[in-house]
Amino acid sequence: MALKAAGLRVGDTHTERLVEDLTRTQIVQYAGASGDFNPVHTDELFAREVAGYPTVFAHGMLTMGITGRMLTDYVGDGRLTKYGARFTSQVWPGDTLDATVTITAVGDNFVELAVSTVNQDGVEVLKATAEARVD
Amino acid sequence: MAVDRFPIEEGHVMMFARAIGDDNPIYHDREYAASTECEGIVAPPTFVQSSNQFDPDYTMRPRTGQAWFGSGRTPTGAGKDPRGGGRRLGGGLHAEQRFEYHRHPRVGDVLTATKRPGKAWEKQGRRSGKLLFRETITEYRDQNGELVVTATGVGVSTERPVDRD
Repeated sequence: MALKAAGLRVGDTHTERLVEDLTRTQIVQYAGASGDFNPVHTDELFAREVAGYPTVFAHGMLTMGITGRMLTDYVGDGRLTKYGARFTSQVWPGDTLDATVTITAVGDNFVELAVSTVNQDGVEVLKATAEARVD
Repeated sequence: MAVDRFPIEEGHVMMFARAIGDDNPIYHDREYAASTECEGIVAPPTFVQSSNQFDPDYTMRPRTGQAWFGSGRTPTGAGKDPRGGGRRLGGGLHAEQRFEYHRHPRVGDVLTATKRPGKAWEKQGRRSGKLLFRETITEYRDQNGELVVTATGVGVSTERPVDRD
């Protein structure tokens, strides 16, 4: 299911819903799997009363991980050669995230991509670039 | 900081894929995965970050018998003046992460991770003085010493805590 270079054009886009109504439980699940137990992500009392945030918030790497799911669905499993992201805004419980990938370059056997993940208010929470091998 | 042994384990990959909401069988179905060009279960693109699980010095994991800065009876176990603990502990916020895949880790690989500092630069922040950006480059190598993933993390820390009094 890998992409074929012949069918790709610079400027092509693909948008996908990543998560609807992000739960605190998913953030906890990510803490357990990744090993990052920073209480700002998992501990409501600490996040509000010690760190001064309105509530817990998602690990940047969780947002990068769920955005990565959309990328691997798009380019095919094992096809990414580069994936880099900037965390541009925090992601909170209850957020709904959509990602759009745009083709920025196509070669004989590779494609370059720009990715933007936005929340339900249209605020960009992650800005990424990626490269993948294509057939 | 370094990780001497980061085994890519089937159950860990499955749990990580669940946590990022990815039910792709390439991450949990051995038979399916073996039939693809990956020839087996591979790790999701951001999985190597979980090498922290195998880092003996990782600070964001509670240790048996040691105080933890998260809440218990009180909002923090860190002592009287926990200000800045959440935002600044562990070197500040994670601003950016980049991965370069020389190949994708497969279940059965045993990786090592070595870290070295990369570039560092400053920006002037409005409320917290200078913002210090620091790169950390982690090289993940396999059991044959071959480079598998190069990861570059960018952390940002403030010159002084944001005043919350």
